[in-house]
Amino acid sequence: MIELTVNGRKHNVDVEPEMPLLWVLRDVLDVKGPKYGCGIAQCGACTVHLNGEPVRSCSVPVSAAAGQKVLTIEGLAQRGQLHPVQKAWIDNEVPQCGYCQSGQIMAAVALLARNPNPSDKDIDAAMTNICRCGTYARIRTAIHAAAKSAKPARAKA
Amino acid sequence: MPFSHRPSRRDFLRVSTALGAGLALELKFPSALAAEARGPEITAWIVIRPNDEVIIRVARSEMGQGSSTGLPMLVAEELECDWRKVKTEFVSSAENLRRNRVWGSMATGGSQSIRSSQEYLRKAGAAAREMLIAAAAQRWKVEASDCDAENSTIIHRPSGRKVRFGQVAQAASKLEPPAEVKLKDPKDWNLLGRSARRLDMKDKVTGKPLFGVDVQLPGMLHAAIAQCPVFRGKLKTVADEQLLGLRGLVKVVKLEDAVAVVADSWWRAQKMLKLLPIEWDFGENGSATTASIREFVRFGLEDSSAPVARDDGNVEAAFSTAYKVVEAEYFAPFLNHAPLEPMNCTALVKGDRVEVWAPTQNAEATHAAAAAAAGVPLENVEVHLTYLGGGFGRRGFQDYTRQAVAIARAVEGRPVKLLWSREEDMQHDFYRPMTLMRFKGALDREGRLTALRVRDASHSIMASVRPQEIKDGVDRHALGGLIDLPYSIPSLRIEFAMRNSHVPVGFMRTVFHSQNPFMRECFIDELAAAAGKDPVEFRRPMLAASPKNLAVLEAAAKASGWSSPLPEGVHRGVAVQDSHGSYAAAVFEVAVSAGGEIDIRRVVVAVDPGHVVNPDSAEAQIQSCVAYGLTSALWGEITLKDGRVEQKNFDDYRIMRIAEMPRRIEAVLVPSGGFWGGMGETPLAPLAPALCNAVFAATGKRIRALPLKSQGFSVASIA
Repeated sequence: MIELTVNGRKHNVDVEPEMPLLWVLRDVLDVKGPKYGCGIAQCGACTVHLNGEPVRSCSVPVSAAAGQKVLTIEGLAQRGQLHPVQKAWIDNEVPQCGYCQSGQIMAAVALLARNPNPSDKDIDAAMTNICRCGTYARIRTAIHAAAKSAKPARAKA
Repeated sequence: MPFSHRPSRRDFLRVSTALGAGLALELKFPSALAAEARGPEITAWIVIRPNDEVIIRVARSEMGQGSSTGLPMLVAEELECDWRKVKTEFVSSAENLRRNRVWGSMATGGSQSIRSSQEYLRKAGAAAREMLIAAAAQRWKVEASDCDAENSTIIHRPSGRKVRFGQVAQAASKLEPPAEVKLKDPKDWNLLGRSARRLDMKDKVTGKPLFGVDVQLPGMLHAAIAQCPVFRGKLKTVADEQLLGLRGLVKVVKLEDAVAVVADSWWRAQKMLKLLPIEWDFGENGSATTASIREFVRFGLEDSSAPVARDDGNVEAAFSTAYKVVEAEYFAPFLNHAPLEPMNCTALVKGDRVEVWAPTQNAEATHAAAAAAAGVPLENVEVHLTYLGGGFGRRGFQDYTRQAVAIARAVEGRPVKLLWSREEDMQHDFYRPMTLMRFKGALDREGRLTALRVRDASHSIMASVRPQEIKDGVDRHALGGLIDLPYSIPSLRIEFAMRNSHVPVGFMRTVFHSQNPFMRECFIDELAAAAGKDPVEFRRPMLAASPKNLAVLEAAAKASGWSSPLPEGVHRGVAVQDSHGSYAAAVFEVAVSAGGEIDIRRVVVAVDPGHVVNPDSAEAQIQSCVAYGLTSALWGEITLKDGRVEQKNFDDYRIMRIAEMPRRIEAVLVPSGGFWGGMGETPLAPLAPALCNAVFAATGKRIRALPLKSQGFSVASIA
């Protein structure tokens, strides 16, 4: 039995330890946000957070998530409020087919957690997820917008 | 297409219907149930709930191109509803069949969705508006002509009385639709031509289970598949006893040319598939290579018996008296569609009934394929259309549907989700065809093009999809961009040599307007250079009789500042190509290092689609085409060895990432009005040649074969 916490909920799964986290999420726990695009960590459609770090879940055995915290796109919104990245994605009309976007958003959230004000070069280096529909220009804009919106308001001296 | 086919009596109906090639069925169904289950139906396209929610039905597939927003916009414009109250639902192929195809075609491709349905959708919206007004007028006992509809409200002008759509929807749904409606003049549009928010945005940023791969049903099984690696090969033997006792195994299913493992999860099914000893009969094509196929196709360039598709003037006479003759040969390889969601389909067979869930580009084709695969009548089939994780033409084919149904038959009574691995998807596509072309052009002393001869040697898509389109060996579909080229040339001769190898080919975004414009517009550029003329100047006079092509070329030239000076080392290239009902031109600005690294500084794409439904969506499609087109032009190449495709995944079939996406992409929309053109593909057509022409301007090296990688060029990227 492997115990893992997904989006704040504890689960016990009876699966092979080498079963990729992606397939435990999708086929065992019915968490469909992270997607299968390649299975070899090339495309990033499967990106989730493992203890706050972005990982390509198709290439992470579930044993590595045992006793750990997993966050997927479904867990981003808090108390009905969308995450600033999700809001920025909507405001900038980023998705087209949408298949890669769960992974893109999780990668962007991780980037902004590490680097609250990323440059275009920082974005290039961090956002290696594939988008076949080519939403890249708007992903850049949305990340900058999310970075701006998350700046804490400063009281006037 | 009837928009107002709606029963006036809510009882059992007998409907006779036909689908496809002359199949006629008689069905009974309780129409009352279908309609009232959801709310009052005001024409088949619209349901308006008491709370003013407007449900607009969509018959085409959503694969990212935005049709599930654009099509409802067409209805909403005439309906005069509040756009914020609009929701959509996909129609069911079975109900479309039962209701005499009241929603028309569900085929999604060829950039057709808007342009084939705009008239009947707008008419439906107008009819529904008239019915709502009539219901309000009846309630108030006033003249309908004294009432207007606006923003989901009906107003009686003389008295100022108002009523919401939701309050009169029930009454309106009982009225007869008007026999005729008048549509708005485009200048009176409030919604069309504005950037309405896409309706699927929220679901797509919250990870909702929208796609074919996300289907989840009680008792569902999973199937992984291995198809014969060599096309047209067959399954010989499979030692399925090797899997006995393995965890999760349900069944091994043998198909004519494939093996599927059915299990309780996809990962287990795929793992077991890898362990399975399979013997294939590769058939005749087990030793084919890229080189052998290229040689086979290239024979078409020399074949003296190749039929003539067009012959204006006298090319040979023109060549013999030409001041200058220019000749060149061009090549374009096979390409893979590579949608991010791999092929998949879920099917349930129960007795003589079949239910299918599919991310398909044509729910009716899926419906027919499922019926045929199960050997059941059409009325015993239901298809649930999901969202598509990209289509690009691949999902118009139904190979995965037939497989899923065959597998479902083997585990009857339980739904099975068949999912192809990325490797299967890469190696079992209907590829963008390999094409070779030979050009010969004659220039006169003034540098004018007096004759052009084109010999096109190519795979044909129609040969396998609609062979009746090929007349006397000429496939006009494969000659798109050539047979109908916009240039006025005194002598023009186009010859077509159909060369079909064992590699399956199909429609891939822009279809033959992916490779043909590359070859045509690069050769036109070669002629311009030989004539000593600027590429835009060279084209201009030849486009005098093609005003829309000329206008879009001018728009791209103007927007890019074509004649203005550029920084040291930066050069421009241009191309113009109409396709799919619209017109497009592109200008690239590039700098190329000594080592062949291309820095794309700027891309300008001008598009005239007649009317623009949603400018934001149109811009998104232009950006999409740039990413898609550059992936193909820079690295796209499917190669074969031992009869099979060599590429396996994204590590050996490279896809553009954000780091390589040009920073400056300018979408220039120049709608000239008066017609409805496509938007999902047209911007793609001029991109490869414009880029290659820019590379030539920068380096003096003429690109006559794609991908650019094969010609020694790369782009800067994150290592």
